[in-house]
Amino acid sequence: MNSRALTVLALRATAVGYVVCLILLPLVVLGHQAFLNGVGQFLDDITLPQAWSALVLTIEMALIATALNAVFGTLSAIVLVRYQFPGKWFLNSLVDLPFAIPTLVAGLMIAAIYGPTSFVGAWVERSAITILYEQPGIAFAMAFVTMPFTIRALQPVLMELEPEQEEAAYTLGAGPWTTFWKVTVPSVLPGLLTGVFLAFVRALGEFGSIVIVAGNIPMKTQVASVYVYGEIESYNPRGATSVSIAVLIVSFLALLLLERMTRPPGERFFITAARAESRTP
Amino acid sequence: MRHFFILTVWLYFGVLLLGPILYLVLQTFGEGWTVFFSEITKPEAVHGFKLTALITGIVLVVNILLGTITALVLARQQFPGRTLLSGLIDLPFAVSPVIAGFMLILLFGPDTLLGTLFGAAGVKVLYALPAMVLATLFATFPFVVRELTPLLQTIGTESEEAARTLGASEWQVFTKVTLPAIRWGLVYGATLTVARSIGEFGAVLVVSGNILLLTQTATLHIYQSYVDFNYAGANAVALTLLATSFAILAVLEMARNRTTGRAAM
Amino acid sequence: MKIEIRNLSKKFGAVQAVTDVSFSVNEGELLALLGPSGSGKTTVLRMIAGLETPTAGEILINGQRVNDVSIQDRNIGFVFQHYALFKHLTVFGNVAFGLKIRRWIRPKTEERVHELLTLMGLEGLGSRYPHQLSGGQRQRVAIARALAPRPSVLLLDEPFGAVDAKVRQELREWLIRLHDDLNVTSLFVTHDQEEAMEVSNRIIVFSKGRLEQIGSPAEVYEDPATEFVARFIGSMNIVEGTVRRGKVEAGPLEFPTPAIPDGTSLRIGFRPYYVKVSEDPSHFRQQARLRHVYFLGVAYRLEIETAEGLLLRSRMNKEEFRQCRFQAGQLVSYAVTHYRILPQEGVTGYALETIPLAGP
Repeated sequence: MNSRALTVLALRATAVGYVVCLILLPLVVLGHQAFLNGVGQFLDDITLPQAWSALVLTIEMALIATALNAVFGTLSAIVLVRYQFPGKWFLNSLVDLPFAIPTLVAGLMIAAIYGPTSFVGAWVERSAITILYEQPGIAFAMAFVTMPFTIRALQPVLMELEPEQEEAAYTLGAGPWTTFWKVTVPSVLPGLLTGVFLAFVRALGEFGSIVIVAGNIPMKTQVASVYVYGEIESYNPRGATSVSIAVLIVSFLALLLLERMTRPPGERFFITAARAESRTP
Repeated sequence: MRHFFILTVWLYFGVLLLGPILYLVLQTFGEGWTVFFSEITKPEAVHGFKLTALITGIVLVVNILLGTITALVLARQQFPGRTLLSGLIDLPFAVSPVIAGFMLILLFGPDTLLGTLFGAAGVKVLYALPAMVLATLFATFPFVVRELTPLLQTIGTESEEAARTLGASEWQVFTKVTLPAIRWGLVYGATLTVARSIGEFGAVLVVSGNILLLTQTATLHIYQSYVDFNYAGANAVALTLLATSFAILAVLEMARNRTTGRAAM
Repeated sequence: MKIEIRNLSKKFGAVQAVTDVSFSVNEGELLALLGPSGSGKTTVLRMIAGLETPTAGEILINGQRVNDVSIQDRNIGFVFQHYALFKHLTVFGNVAFGLKIRRWIRPKTEERVHELLTLMGLEGLGSRYPHQLSGGQRQRVAIARALAPRPSVLLLDEPFGAVDAKVRQELREWLIRLHDDLNVTSLFVTHDQEEAMEVSNRIIVFSKGRLEQIGSPAEVYEDPATEFVARFIGSMNIVEGTVRRGKVEAGPLEFPTPAIPDGTSLRIGFRPYYVKVSEDPSHFRQQARLRHVYFLGVAYRLEIETAEGLLLRSRMNKEEFRQCRFQAGQLVSYAVTHYRILPQEGVTGYALETIPLAGP
């Protein structure tokens, strides 16, 4: 019994110690650095025109990418769960690919096909929009790296959706439309929201693919993470710290909002990407 | 309607995923095999692959060990601060890689307490292997933990207790009962760790200094080649990593099927 | 092996799961821990196994205090409610697990496992995996696994809870035979009073973490020590009333209560088979209306309602029932032939024996 209690304590100390050193300590240092000279200084730093435009652009692009994935990801999840068609297995195994591909490689691929030198890019540019080195490229890169979130969050929920619930609604006199909105949507919504918000947060921080695709022109196509990188490279830790903290605050607010909206049965503070990626045990 | 939906999904996958992949493959091999091989066998490229493999190996071992321990603690122990610990583990998902790297610079920079300490001890952390490993550890820590914690919770403690009543020591309980039950989850989490370690770029770029033949990983080499307008070089190494991604994807699929298959029975 | 439990208590945080429980189990006994869910019976079993640490009290196995002995060293066989079979091991691997931990040599292990598989009626299933077995088979594998290392005590937590009714009946009979053959001291937890009565030599009844009564099935049934036991085991009619002039009046019924002071509030209980019912409205003194007849297979249960609205249950065997021609709704006469004053707070030591009433 005693040796067991000792094991329990040793394991706990290891886990807590490791997490505190690896994750908490760096964050505390960053927070400390950001507010070293007061909140006023912090606000001044992030409202510098270049910093502010990077932050706004990042949020805008992340919202566009998220909306895109929310719509098409939901459709994909439904199609992949409910329909049988040739190639279904193929598409289903591809879903996780953006998690497996280095984001830098993703950027490279997007730059290659949608750049002006490729026939595809030239055709798109003539008929619709310029993607590479312009804002659409940023949204596109963000959409690529966050593609699995919505699909993987929705698939298990859709699979577990018991037909009995919908049938019960029918026997109680609800029509198909009412049943969809009152029974199906509420049971799928937490999954959808989880996927969408995680994708948004992930898009906010994206760097590797964007640095290739965006062109990184200040005030025009420079996102927050690239701005932070630039500040670090030019030995301006204060600017880097302030914008970093600003991005982190937006991320945490998004996660808190998600927590509020889904209020899971567990006690977890942040809902994880792992949940979106993992299937039901 | 049905066909329209299916077509839309194919289009979505095609534009976003399949098109770019196929184009990269075509473009790289459009240059010819010889270019491809000469690019990936350049000393810089080879060094990049080796460094990436080294970092991935270290990170994998640490994550499997400490990730499993942390998951066990989260799933099996109740203690004050447990919720906070659980929340902290999810944090790296919400932190941009560049910011993660920057935090390490703040922590280990030459003017800081830790930086001075390690400097005095003669250990170079920043712009060297330790910082690159730390940055990758930060980004990948959640994968194993988040895969194993729910799994451990679902399998419950009954089998472990049964093993104890049959005389098994704590270590025997873990190796003979717990580990076999979670092994595919562990494979899944470990594979995600490998994928992310190989692909990590932002954090490593910030803390490594990107020194040629010293701290330049495979992804950094791609970036450097791209910036230097050596597109053939960038594409060749990128394609090699892409092939690794597909292998990783195959393992992920297998692990996913194994775990769901086991849970179903 | 003899087990002795002395003043055992267990708290989970603020929840008192077990309070001051003492009892002993004799060598070779088959004992049931009976109680509703949350009564603390499983916690007691888990403390004996070493899976929980007592907050207070002592556990002695063969006279030796084992509180500080680890689970691994208690040499106990434990059968879990949901079997807890190792999914990644075959039936053979499961049964051999404890032997391998004890480093038995391979031929001896194989011999022992085959011996147990034969004993359990599992021949030929050694290479199957748990998910390829039926519920009853899994349960038997779980018992075989627990028995393999020759434990001094076998502990079973709701052993038949997770199988369907027919298999449960088979397993009960089979456990009795197994116990007769092996004669290993066994304790099992159940919430099913019928199961406890049928299988065990003695029953320990728990309620809210306290021990209510220990006794043979007959003792616990015929002579419940507390009102809880009376209600929990078997069916009982219960009426309430206040003692006036040496008796309690409850509606049309009168129960003499000798030696209890007037004004005492009492509860009177009587088993359904002590309520005699006749189709002749004048056969017994009291009349009632027959509300419903339930066919129970071996007997009938009648539900009658007095003019005052009191509902009473009566039990009648088939022969008795056949001699009458009952029709739901008809007027019948009835009498309560025996009753007991139920033990309760403030009224102790009275008339725990059944009191016969005068005839019609």
